[in-house]
Amino acid sequence: MNSYLLGTFRAKFPDATLETHAFRGDETVTIKKEALALAAAWLRDDLGFDFLMDLTAVDYLPREPRFELVCHLYSSKHNYRLRLKCPVGAEDPQVDSLTGVWSGANWFEREVYDMFGLKFRGHPDLRRILMYDGFEGYPLRKDYPLKKRQPRIAHRD
Amino acid sequence: MGLETVFGHSYLTTRLDEAVNWGRKYSFFQYPFVTACCGMEFMSVWASTYDIARFGAEYPRFSPRQADVLFVVGTVNEKLAPVLKRVYDQMCEPKWVVSFGVCATSGGFYDNYATVQGIDKIIPVDIYIPGCPPRPEAVLDALVKLQEKVARESVLDRKYK
Repeated sequence: MNSYLLGTFRAKFPDATLETHAFRGDETVTIKKEALALAAAWLRDDLGFDFLMDLTAVDYLPREPRFELVCHLYSSKHNYRLRLKCPVGAEDPQVDSLTGVWSGANWFEREVYDMFGLKFRGHPDLRRILMYDGFEGYPLRKDYPLKKRQPRIAHRD
Repeated sequence: MGLETVFGHSYLTTRLDEAVNWGRKYSFFQYPFVTACCGMEFMSVWASTYDIARFGAEYPRFSPRQADVLFVVGTVNEKLAPVLKRVYDQMCEPKWVVSFGVCATSGGFYDNYATVQGIDKIIPVDIYIPGCPPRPEAVLDALVKLQEKVARESVLDRKYK
């Protein structure tokens, strides 16, 4: 359960680390959202995680903190993976943008914003990416009604 | 066409119908509005095994202004709905619409926030092809049914604007 990577992470961020675990070689770190950007930059620069493979979120309604941001990191140098999670409360659904660390985070964060309504501080262009402008609500939230339909939009050039 | 407005329903216009409809039904220019996996199946209808050219409908026009039949092939979501409407509006009369596959017809199993529950919510549809995806035989069957439908039309029926 205790790997070199997780041990190093805990030693570097003793206060910000909420939990670490490894299941069949899949290492996961859960950190406080305040430390997310800092930890991400450190993981990229010092541990060689040069590739943000995925960034998404989960809605754990009615749990509090309600949302959880999930990042999958990959180090092409070491051929190693890490899952970085961070809980986000419903009353202030904001986290720091990772676009400054991995520019590939741009569209992922737009998708998370589109589907879950999490806001990313410092994102250069936080607009909906899949749904159209004028769509109300966040469809992947658990409290979005399954059968809800919204009025059709007019054509825009 | 002008002539039929003078003569109305008479021997002359029924003969005219027959000639015009014969020409129309064997020379469909189709606009393939392909959005999803159904498109892969749709392509096989063109290929040599099924060969839609035997029915005179092999010619795709990628400008709606030159097309007679709109094939809506695949899932249409809410974001795309105004585009489909626009494409349909750009087509010149006479025009027909074929809904290809269960997603275009009813939304299919995409009963969710993003998907239009059938393109007939947006535009009028002449022929529905069931299947997920439909067999090429089903497409040819639909095409023949559309030809039959076109053959029954009268030049007086359509309102030319």
